Amino acid sequence: MITIQKYVRAQSLEEAYQLNQNKRNRIVGGMMWLRLGSGGVGTAIDLCDLGLDTIEETDAQFSIGAMVPLRQLELHAGLNAYTGGAVKNAVKDIVGVQFRNMATVGGSIWGRFGFSDVLTMFLAMDCFVELYKGGLVPLEQFAGMKKDNDILVRLIVKKTPGKFIYTAMRNQRTDFPVIACALSQMDGTYRAVIGARPSRAMVIRDEKGLLAQGITESSAKALAEFAANTAPTGSNIRGSAAYRTHLIQVLTERAALELGGM
Amino acid sequence: MDIKLKLNGKPICAQIDADTVLLDFLRAQGCYSVKRGCDTSNCGLCTVLMDGKPVLSCSMLAARAGGHSIQTLEGLQEEAADFVGFIADQGADQCGFCNPGFVMNTIALLRENPDPTDDEIRAYLAGNLCRCSGYDGQLRGIRNYVNSRKG
Amino acid sequence: MEQREYKVVGKSFRKKDSMQLLLGKPVYMEDVTPEALVVKILRSPHPNAMVQEINTKAAKLVPGVVDIYTWEDVPKTRFAIAGQTYPEPSPYDRLILDRHVRFAGDAVAIIAAETEKAAWKAMKLIKVKYEVLEPVLDYHTALDNPILVHPEEDWEPPCQVGGSNKRNLVASGVDADGDVEGVLQDCDIVLDRTFHTRAFQQAMMEPFGCFTQLDRYGRLHVVSSTQIVFHTRRILSRALGIPKSRIRVEKPRIGGGFGAKQTAVCDVYPAFVTMKTGRPARIIYTREECQIAGSPRHEMEIRVRLGANKDGKIRVLDLYTLSNSGAYGEHGPTTVGLSGHKSIPLYTGSLEAYRFGYDVVYTNLQAAGAYRGYGATQGIFAVESVVNELAETLGIDPTLIRDRNMVRQGMVMPAYYGETANACALDRCMEHCREMFGWEEKYPVRDMGDGKVRAAGVAMAMQGSCISNVDVGSATVKLSEDGTYNLIIGAADMGTGCDTILAQMVAEMMDCSFDDVAVFGADTDASPYDSGSYASSTTYITGKAVEKACLELKAKICAIGAEMLGCEPEAVVMESGKVRKIDTDQTVSLTDIAYRTQVGCNTAAEATATHSSPVSPPPYMVGMVEIELDKRTGLVTILDYMAVVDCGIPINPSLARIQTEGGIVQGIGHTLMENVTYDSHGRPAESSFMQYKLPTRLDMGTLKVEFEHSYEPTGPFGAKSIGEIVINTPAPAIAHAIARATGVWHRELPITPEKVAMSLAETQMG
Repeated sequence: MITIQKYVRAQSLEEAYQLNQNKRNRIVGGMMWLRLGSGGVGTAIDLCDLGLDTIEETDAQFSIGAMVPLRQLELHAGLNAYTGGAVKNAVKDIVGVQFRNMATVGGSIWGRFGFSDVLTMFLAMDCFVELYKGGLVPLEQFAGMKKDNDILVRLIVKKTPGKFIYTAMRNQRTDFPVIACALSQMDGTYRAVIGARPSRAMVIRDEKGLLAQGITESSAKALAEFAANTAPTGSNIRGSAAYRTHLIQVLTERAALELGGM
Repeated sequence: MDIKLKLNGKPICAQIDADTVLLDFLRAQGCYSVKRGCDTSNCGLCTVLMDGKPVLSCSMLAARAGGHSIQTLEGLQEEAADFVGFIADQGADQCGFCNPGFVMNTIALLRENPDPTDDEIRAYLAGNLCRCSGYDGQLRGIRNYVNSRKG
Repeated sequence: MEQREYKVVGKSFRKKDSMQLLLGKPVYMEDVTPEALVVKILRSPHPNAMVQEINTKAAKLVPGVVDIYTWEDVPKTRFAIAGQTYPEPSPYDRLILDRHVRFAGDAVAIIAAETEKAAWKAMKLIKVKYEVLEPVLDYHTALDNPILVHPEEDWEPPCQVGGSNKRNLVASGVDADGDVEGVLQDCDIVLDRTFHTRAFQQAMMEPFGCFTQLDRYGRLHVVSSTQIVFHTRRILSRALGIPKSRIRVEKPRIGGGFGAKQTAVCDVYPAFVTMKTGRPARIIYTREECQIAGSPRHEMEIRVRLGANKDGKIRVLDLYTLSNSGAYGEHGPTTVGLSGHKSIPLYTGSLEAYRFGYDVVYTNLQAAGAYRGYGATQGIFAVESVVNELAETLGIDPTLIRDRNMVRQGMVMPAYYGETANACALDRCMEHCREMFGWEEKYPVRDMGDGKVRAAGVAMAMQGSCISNVDVGSATVKLSEDGTYNLIIGAADMGTGCDTILAQMVAEMMDCSFDDVAVFGADTDASPYDSGSYASSTTYITGKAVEKACLELKAKICAIGAEMLGCEPEAVVMESGKVRKIDTDQTVSLTDIAYRTQVGCNTAAEATATHSSPVSPPPYMVGMVEIELDKRTGLVTILDYMAVVDCGIPINPSLARIQTEGGIVQGIGHTLMENVTYDSHGRPAESSFMQYKLPTRLDMGTLKVEFEHSYEPTGPFGAKSIGEIVINTPAPAIAHAIARATGVWHRELPITPEKVAMSLAETQMG
């Protein structure tokens, strides 16, 4: 169990940032796994007073505060209209309603967890993270960065016209995925995102133009094969590397066919 | 540190440690309905309402509840009594250890969606584990209650 | 079949404690006990090691730490923590703390502190130097392995069960009837298959927990979440070396047990602390401790040889079970017996011969214990799966092949201790379930497109209703001044509703309303002796004791009433609320009778009766499942699970139904998603609910449960048991449906999506 010396509700991002420069301090998000850690935290820095728990929608983009709980993503009409319900599909099986009322977008993205449905979903979109010091960084780039002492303020999702599909395989309905797969087509380009490999989600683009002639049964299969051959997989208690590779093939193919309206 | 919050409608002021977990704080306040079943946010036994929304009190620092309204089953006896008899009629209370969390989340469900379908009930309560009942009796109880309200 | 009309029995009453539980009242151990020292256990990271040095100096200096105990501080008498009737079949192979730690999670030190924080802090500061020994982690290699899990000289089996600590052998035996090899040779078809089941966790929602204090007489007062108050008293008495008269054990409401709490997993630690410090102490296991140092199912490997004729006549069954007891022997010698004795007799209808042999071995893994089904579950998975494979191989409908071979009422069951099936509706269960489920339509495999197929599977099950000639149940029934009754029992309602159904029996017997019966249980100071709630015995054994006690009390009430009416007891009858003189219709009320017993009277208006049974009548059950299987991902979705149970006469149909539904969902979990694996150090990987996945309400499809009544002449009101049998059908039925859908028989649990998908991928490639 984590011990915490002090709890501070930051009154400004600057205050939070300054506190976060001390290695013993830590920003708390949804706090979902408080009892799993051991070790000591000096100051727990809470961003809950900074108004970061809202989703702002304009004609051009969604601005999603770091403290927005997953449940809000699930229920957000605009976000789900834009993604055709893919965002809801990505989060609805995460543990339970109570969990999703607490777990935050910022926590999910900042953690860059291998199993993250949220990271997998947003990587399929035209998405940036806004860091307090680092400014806007494409999510894909952020996913590859090491954790530092900056603060993730919000996600910016550009409303680039597109279609999105989210699908995942779970051994039990509310478990972490064995493989998660998000597929998108924006401005004519396709992206497959494979999560829970079990390491961090990776973006696979249709570099070979396999879908250039549109989605057919055979092109969907070709893309799926390409994804399965491209994404490295590993083993853990939820599945072996071989099974994961097999699943990438199956889920990507199905997602592609669904994307193509087949 | 000190926190002020509303617990079951009453403003309270209390001294806590920075790492006091809301669940432990609530039990120390005499809210024994709040149970701990796991340490990984997986079981739903510790469900309470924060500003009306169901949350897991095992995974929240009590400090974050400061300035908010927390409700436990102790504070929602009447609202619960309205429907739990239907669950008792099924014998689905069983060992009872998951009941408070399950009842709290059912209250949240019924406030949000007074006329849920069976699938909506299952989805909303998916984060509430029960090892005794096999879940169907709980579902029948809620279904009978919802139907009874339709007259 | 005797079918009497009852007023209270056979009706669905709410549980006596329903509203308390549903409204979240404080009724569990942690809720009802006062402030106490926090007790925590430092656990070994090694599966096999000797504690060479242990330094607690720094830890003891942590503010709030009261004391820390190590192997040097505890009594040297070995004991067992299995809740079993004395002399226990389980070996005395434990100390409170042993220098030799035998699994990753074994106790090394006991920490007593004023606060949880102080205890955790101290735990980090205890320095232990281990001599790490090579462990025995593979139970196949345990027997006669040069590495001994229990090399100690003072290992002691209270009963001879064929074990030897010098061979890593907890128990061994064989039982047979008929010429097994001869019949096998004469059969048209012999299937020889091996099955593997895991050390599944009961995962009751309330973790293990116990509170202890010295009461006002200086006695050790134990409030434990336990199924076995009397056995716990005996276990503590031996472990601590104090007389039973100095110990009182009571249970409050229990947040589930399923057998886990038939073992005194944690009680000895706070008890030891209280004896040492004189102060109240409490231990509550974390979920991780429940998962790594609990009392799970025995992992078993079962080899079945089945011989049959081409027409589907099952002639011989030969079972060999290898059971993994883990680091200690609790329940090892007994669970294994059920793997044969409660699977083979299902085919009494046609069997000419059977053999059942077993070995139970020690390994350096978490010790196993009692879990609902208690070995029968493992054996039935094996036998029912082989029978399904036989049916498919011969092209005979698997329900019809069972019709031809199953045990039927009146048959003598040689593989079940020669008992006669006096009440058996298994044939009707099959017929009923076939119709309810729509077997004819669902049995054929249906292609749903996109790699998805629907298929069905079936299995039968049996269990016992007690441990024959061993279990003892007792009940005290008392009349109160207003004509109401108190029922006092030593059996433990762990959520099952036994308080309620036993009260129904009192109401039926005493011709009063259900609400006029108050129930109390269980407390070794106040309750009459009961072996406890396990082995499916409470309805059948304690229920019969209730019936007997009521008869005795009735006779006493009649005698007092007759005296008040000035006649012989034979001249009166007891009716609702009064005693009536038959010829004159003069009456005296129960209130008056009760008051009469309080004034110058030598007869108490109470009776205590005890019951034990020479037989253990099996309940029977048929389960059928329809699944949709995705051949590409391997995902198995349960659509419908339907079951028909013969538990004799259900005393409370709602509660019997919930028992069945709950058991089925546990069985679904074991079959499809609950896994138990170990890393190379013998540490369980599934040590939390994040990794050990219980089925949620989205994982179990739709359930439908109905009953076929039989009348068990030795049971109360014709009742048999229900609590355990209900967990037995899912594994074989689902494995059957998967085999129907894919052509692959999975013989190891759980059958994960990966196993399904990869077995098909292999087939396709091959």
